[in-house]
Amino acid sequence: MSAELVPTIGLEIHVQLLTRTKMFCGCELEFGAEPNVHTCPVCLGHPGTLPVPNEQAIESAIRIAVALGCEVAPRSGFHRKNYFYPDLPKGYQISQFDVPLATAGRLGGVRIHRVHLEEDAAKLSHVGETGRIHGSGASLVDFNRGGTPLVEIVTEPDIDDPAAAREWLALLRTTLRQLGVSDVNMEEGSLRCDANVSIRPAASPELGVKTELKNMNSFRYLERGVEAEIARQREIVESGGAVEQETLHFDPAGGTLTPLRSKEYAHDYRYFPEPDLAPVAPSAAAVDAARASLPELPEQRRDRYEADLGLKPEVARRLAFDASLAAFFEEAVTAGSASAPAALANWITGDLVALARERGLEPAATAATPAAVAALVGLLAAGEVNRGGAREVLEVLVRDGGEPAAIVDRLDLGAGDPDELAAIVKRAIEEDADAAAKVRAGEGKAIGALVGAVMRETRGKADGGEVTRLIREQLDL
Amino acid sequence: MSDPRQLTVAEALGEIGDGSLSADEWFDAYAEAPDELGAYLWRAKGAGAVPTGGEHGPLAGTPVAIKDIFCIEDVPTTAGSRILEGYAPPYTATAVERLLAAGARLLGKTNMDEFAMGSSNENSAFGDVRNPWDRGRVPGGSSGGSAAAVAGGLAPCSIGTDTGGSIRQPAALCGVVGMKPTYGSISRSGMIAFASSLDQCGPLTRDVRDAALLLGALGGGDERDTTSIGFPEPIAIPGREDLEGLRVGVPSELGLEAEGIEAGVRDVFERAVALCERLGADVAETSLPNARHGISAYYVLAPAEASANLARYDGVRFGMRVEAESLDEMYELTRSAGFGPEVKRRIMLGTYALSSGFYEAYYGSAQRVRTLIAGDFAAAFGDFDLLVTPTSPTVAFELGARAADPLAMYMSDYCTVPMSLAGLPAISIPAGLAPPDGGGPELPVGLQITGPAFSESLILDAAHAIEGAVGFDHRPKLAEGRR
Repeated sequence: MSAELVPTIGLEIHVQLLTRTKMFCGCELEFGAEPNVHTCPVCLGHPGTLPVPNEQAIESAIRIAVALGCEVAPRSGFHRKNYFYPDLPKGYQISQFDVPLATAGRLGGVRIHRVHLEEDAAKLSHVGETGRIHGSGASLVDFNRGGTPLVEIVTEPDIDDPAAAREWLALLRTTLRQLGVSDVNMEEGSLRCDANVSIRPAASPELGVKTELKNMNSFRYLERGVEAEIARQREIVESGGAVEQETLHFDPAGGTLTPLRSKEYAHDYRYFPEPDLAPVAPSAAAVDAARASLPELPEQRRDRYEADLGLKPEVARRLAFDASLAAFFEEAVTAGSASAPAALANWITGDLVALARERGLEPAATAATPAAVAALVGLLAAGEVNRGGAREVLEVLVRDGGEPAAIVDRLDLGAGDPDELAAIVKRAIEEDADAAAKVRAGEGKAIGALVGAVMRETRGKADGGEVTRLIREQLDL
Repeated sequence: MSDPRQLTVAEALGEIGDGSLSADEWFDAYAEAPDELGAYLWRAKGAGAVPTGGEHGPLAGTPVAIKDIFCIEDVPTTAGSRILEGYAPPYTATAVERLLAAGARLLGKTNMDEFAMGSSNENSAFGDVRNPWDRGRVPGGSSGGSAAAVAGGLAPCSIGTDTGGSIRQPAALCGVVGMKPTYGSISRSGMIAFASSLDQCGPLTRDVRDAALLLGALGGGDERDTTSIGFPEPIAIPGREDLEGLRVGVPSELGLEAEGIEAGVRDVFERAVALCERLGADVAETSLPNARHGISAYYVLAPAEASANLARYDGVRFGMRVEAESLDEMYELTRSAGFGPEVKRRIMLGTYALSSGFYEAYYGSAQRVRTLIAGDFAAAFGDFDLLVTPTSPTVAFELGARAADPLAMYMSDYCTVPMSLAGLPAISIPAGLAPPDGGGPELPVGLQITGPAFSESLILDAAHAIEGAVGFDHRPKLAEGRR
């Protein structure tokens, strides 16, 4: 039997920046436009054209770097990365090489190796069965995407399972979304993730040979692709083989991995300094200003939710790492000054998320407003509606919106007057003296009969906990 | 009225000013002259058919020939290469726009070595250019068409590009003035790239005053080229007649000890140095110890950049395409058919120099040599205001003489490459005539004057003084019958 094998995962993420124009020319950026409408001599690589860097892109990249806790290089340079491909009009990509924009950061316990700026390639579509260039009848190039500013983020190999990789990527997405620098949409390709995967015996300090996984264009596919690759490597190693360094293409349809043909990627990019561009040299003041202007980021928010609002770590994380959910929660907290944040948090991350998901929506996109949810949790806390009733109200809120108190009245879900409830309890005890005696004698289970009687009388609207409390109170327990 | 083609730009503008010449007469005299030198690749058909600038600029009405390396919207632009045959750019180079805005009129596009790679113009895919002084000889290169046109009465002035000497060397070989200004002073936008960190636009003219006139119009920062910053001060029209108070250095490595220097060139250069002293300059010998490594460093760096700059000629979007079954085959066939042998040689040299495992040994070392050479110049300019050298170690050589020997061809730029590596401004002016080694006709010899970065006005002033003292007859060698 082989020793236990543990996986090591590093991620390489490309983020399309949400700038008005391209990285090195004035062409507009627009997703989904007619092919080749946003082009000019520069981004088509015409003879004699020169790149002009997009200041907004550099600022956004610096913002990302400081948000990831990186050190921004006082002077970094652009390099040319040379290879021939029809999606690369100049025959080289302008990227960064030996001195990237920023290094040595950390996010969610994963170290960031580097952050650099580059330009995106154009979009190729291959006419044919496989959808890949080999074996295709023809290839079409859409240069609208060519030259889009890209930030590449490379992590250290600090992730040890596929689910954690997916979770970390979600944290990164939230962080970037909050910075407002990108759409970070995996389906549209504004967030792309490759993974480097290796396995090694648990006791070995040395990493195994890694493979690079490409084309995992959703969070689910990232998890599935990495899972499949770990399984593949495990099988190789357990049957006595050796993993080879290669690049693999993930096919989402079959969940399979196939090696890229060597000609689909070049081996020697012949990097050299881009002579057409001056170095990127942000002043220390500019970097400080970028740092100072950062919004509260997910990890800080999680810490605040735990420390200041008393949320449980898991609930705090779930809220904080989802920017839109966090915003919903915070608005609800502000609106519902009477209700406890912890109860609100539980309702939002629990029932509200579940009800919204049934409709395929984020909570913020449903008809339920944060103020309404806060009001509902307030009614519950005040005992004016019970848990079951509150859930019914929430369903209505999600579907139609409205005001919780009015919905409680309309559906007749009110727990009723506390004095009235006390009277009902009193009657139930009188009517079932036997059960009351047993409860008094310490037979805990017997209380069920009394509670059941009260709930029948109130047609389920009373709060179970409150009823139990009243019974015990009236029995002097 | 004399033949308007005998006039310098400044003289013609003067005659237009006093009404003795019309701009149309001036233009037509050139536009109608037969091109027996092979200087042009494309000529404008009448002034109305081409873009023209304003009526009141400093160059109003000046006919100008543009090296075919500059993009002009809808005008055929090949850079001397088959791979761009039939290509008409969708935009116009900034340098050309500036000339047109100053009032210049486009005469045509001049022949050149393919992608500016060459020193004889024999690497043009579209035929040789003849030296107007002796049609069996080369005009130099790569701006050979521009130099021949200005020297041969086919244009009063031209613009070319200089990467390692491509303006200065043909200017010297054709007996005209050619200036490569400081790197970054003129926009490179629209100038087809050979080696981006070295390429610089500049004028070729009959005299120094015209060079200043064109340079003033060309200079300026450009938002399309972030490496261009223009001149710190406007270029003054030179008027100086002496060199009093100027310290002039003669770097031995690029002077009398220059590799392959001909006896005739040596004599003319020595007379020019003596002339500088007579004009009042404080002349002394100096040294640029690393300059002799210039050619080696240059032939690593320039091809390395070229290997990337020429990758865009891939048959996908514009220019030539040879259809094939697969993508790789299409690339291969297109580039094999489209590029000439010298271009292929340099792409291979550059690709090799940048390859993993060789980068440090070649590109890295060459960059360090470049830094050392820049340091040598900086040290020399601590002691001297200007440096003088021959422009080319030889006079114009015969067509085909060096075609089979690339290294001999590369040595043509021995004296001009160091300034390019250091990004410095340098001018070549005619200093006299000399026969080639082994005998032959008297041919022009160029004197190169170099100054610190952005010292163009000083260089032009000194060049003007020397030009006056040399008394070189700058009137064109008209193609249709010798004077």
